[in-house]
Amino acid sequence: MILVRKIFGKISLKLIGVVSVTVILIIGVYSYFNVTSQSDVLLAEVERHANQLSESVKNSTRYVMLLNQRDHIQEMINRIGKDPAIDNVRILNKEGEIIYSAHPEDIGKMLDKQAESCYACHAENKALEKLPIRQRTRIFKTHSDSSRILGIINPIYNEKSCYLADCHAHSENAKVLGVLDITISLTEVDEQIKQNEIREILFAVIAITAIGFIIGFFVKRWVDHPVRELVNATDQVAAGNLNYIIKNLSTDELGTLGKSFNNMIKKLDETSQQLYQSTKMASLGQLAAGVAHEINNPLTGVLTYSSFLLKRTKDNPQMQEDLNVIVRETLRSREIVKGLLDFARQSTPKKSSIDVNDIINHAIAVVNNQLKLNKVNLVKELDPSLPKITADANQIQQVFLNLFVNGIDAIGQNGGTLIVKTSQISLSPRGITQIKSAVCAKTHSLIDAEHKIGGMPSLRMKIKSNGNEGFVNIDPVYGSYRHYFGIAYDKNSSVNLACPVCDISFLDKNSKCPKCGGPIYKFQIPNQGFLEGCASFKDDWQKWDFVDRAGEKKFVEINVTDSGCGIPPENLNKIFEPFFTTKGQRGTGLGLSVIWGIIDNHNGSITVESKVGIGTTFSVRLPQQ
Amino acid sequence: MKEQTNILIIDDEEVVISSISKIATLEGYSVDSVLDAFSALQKISSSKYNLIICDIMLPGMDGFQFLAELESKRIDTPVIMTTGYSTIENAVKSLYTGAIEFIPKPFTVDEMISVISRGIKYSSIMKLRKSNDDSILLVPCPAKYYRLGYSGWMNKDNDGSVLIGATDSFIKTIDQIKKIELLSTNEKLTQATPAVKFETEDGLVHQLYSVISGIIIAGNERLINEPELLEKDPYFDGWIYRIVPTELEYEMKLLIPCSSDRS
Repeated sequence: MILVRKIFGKISLKLIGVVSVTVILIIGVYSYFNVTSQSDVLLAEVERHANQLSESVKNSTRYVMLLNQRDHIQEMINRIGKDPAIDNVRILNKEGEIIYSAHPEDIGKMLDKQAESCYACHAENKALEKLPIRQRTRIFKTHSDSSRILGIINPIYNEKSCYLADCHAHSENAKVLGVLDITISLTEVDEQIKQNEIREILFAVIAITAIGFIIGFFVKRWVDHPVRELVNATDQVAAGNLNYIIKNLSTDELGTLGKSFNNMIKKLDETSQQLYQSTKMASLGQLAAGVAHEINNPLTGVLTYSSFLLKRTKDNPQMQEDLNVIVRETLRSREIVKGLLDFARQSTPKKSSIDVNDIINHAIAVVNNQLKLNKVNLVKELDPSLPKITADANQIQQVFLNLFVNGIDAIGQNGGTLIVKTSQISLSPRGITQIKSAVCAKTHSLIDAEHKIGGMPSLRMKIKSNGNEGFVNIDPVYGSYRHYFGIAYDKNSSVNLACPVCDISFLDKNSKCPKCGGPIYKFQIPNQGFLEGCASFKDDWQKWDFVDRAGEKKFVEINVTDSGCGIPPENLNKIFEPFFTTKGQRGTGLGLSVIWGIIDNHNGSITVESKVGIGTTFSVRLPQQ
Repeated sequence: MKEQTNILIIDDEEVVISSISKIATLEGYSVDSVLDAFSALQKISSSKYNLIICDIMLPGMDGFQFLAELESKRIDTPVIMTTGYSTIENAVKSLYTGAIEFIPKPFTVDEMISVISRGIKYSSIMKLRKSNDDSILLVPCPAKYYRLGYSGWMNKDNDGSVLIGATDSFIKTIDQIKKIELLSTNEKLTQATPAVKFETEDGLVHQLYSVISGIIIAGNERLINEPELLEKDPYFDGWIYRIVPTELEYEMKLLIPCSSDRS
């Protein structure tokens, strides 16, 4: 039962079933009418033939009748009756007596007026004298298992020459003198009709089977496979695999469904990641706060008692020195815990004027032991003329510490080189300036924190093209072209870009893209002028006068290069994401994301280049002003 | 009555109690301690204390509830709050809800000694005022000023900058000022974190918390040579920093308007 339901529960089989039933009905009805009309035509032909025959017999016997040469007539009828297609030829007189017959034994027999050959005229007890041809024919069987027979009666009317003939056999008053009755066997015709029927049925069966197979094949291909793939995908997603993507999408509705499914899963994946990260972040914050609270109590004891010991041992310089270390380190722990609490609260940088070289030297001092242990050769290429920058010294030191520790970890136990280089650079704002805010004419923000490009919140616009409507996420880096199109978008079609909230258009009708001559979009960056760009997205043209006018920006660049194991390309764009770690239990996966956050807070940038087996370079750029 | 119990310590950590006790005892105060706020309330009803040092995170009733309880019972013993969960929010909230001082854990011995010394002094000033002794006169802060706890004040200037300084009651709780250590201009101040260091004749170092957050645009250089200005005119000539506030609106919600002192 379950199996049956399983088989017939399938959409493909249902479709095949419905189509087959329809085909059977149509072909059945068609065949029925076809067979009937064919047999009608055949019968009509036989009827016409019989009628002709009957007329011929009547005409050819006329003269002999007039001469009353009965032997002659009997002889003619015998000869005609020998034809295998003809069953019998009889002439009856008005009283029903068989006068002539191809079967001589019948001669002289009387026929009842109720007999089937008489019935047509004598049905109402009053004999009709004229009958249309259709009513003069009849089809009957002599016994139930004999073949069908078609009979045709042809009344012989009284004529002048009949009652004036020498024999005086007929009086003048009679209208009908007798009846010529010819019966023809339908065996051959029936045989042919039967053959027609068989042919029709055969055709119907073949047609139905063929249609079933053809429909089945395409249903399987166009419906069954994609549906099975969709079901498989939903199962995968239900099982928690949010990276599953339906491949080989067709262009039909199921393909579109698959595409939206992929899109949905992508979105689901992103939001669940964000949710996961924010809850992880929140619980980490709680954990940090809890740990801070718990550690501060014992630290109180350590600090108090070591301070007292310090006071009590004023005459013992050796001990004083050791105790000072304890006090100093406890105070350091206090700062660390404070940092932990600050992390939980996402503190803002405490900026002051700092010398990056000094900070690097401090950070190196901290990791010095680790460098020696791992046999790492440290190369310093610090630019002595490096200008001071405004930054949070503690946070920047944390950045370098993290980068150094990562470098040492990447080098591992077998030794290698760590190069730290500082320099001054000037960069064009193009390709490095992040668009941090953007609004439409009605001041609706375009910033989409949900969809990040290169780790930064993108700018979201509504896009209308070729009747399609969806969203496009613009790369938030000025001059960079990593846009994400939420709909299939044809670059050669007309396009409209609008605010996702109020639908106000961003297209600037007064200008054209200087590269491709196409339309341009234009929106406001609060307090920083306007940003324009090519709206057909055929090229990467963008213009932001405000930052262009400011000219090249000066940066302090710090490169940290290690000769370690390198980062595989597939991990390169993930390393700044929170909780991404390759260190397993040893790492929290927070290091680089915190660094990224710190650098971002300082309006700087951090990039990475890596080759597996050769090494990795992190480049940090901090603005000079 | 020389053996009067002076200080009550409320903390659920034995090591903290023993640390504070040790510091206070060595400074010549007598000490009593309990592990939770309920027992503290019982103790207070049976004996008098000059000062209470209370943890914020306590089992059952926390430090803030304890402060509220004291207020509803009209017990005016000064309270110093302390906590291992030493966030700015906790500091500001403590000072807003009636604590006279906030000291984050872990503290150094010197930090604790100065805080206790100020607390005891404050307590005795209040006692004198209550008994209508006119030998001590506290100059109240001007009505349009705001204060953080009892120690610091701020006043919004017309140009949007803010002046901050120390209240007369803070100055009266510390000894003669020997040296003032100011932060330099352009440095950032954060509300309820140390902003000024006062070294006093008795050898203590007192830290005054910043009333609000902001960037220092000027320090009162006159104070370095004339620390007595703080005593003579704490609210005008004795200002300490002129700052550009960063989060004024938010932070002012947790400041006490000085106009409320005049009832």
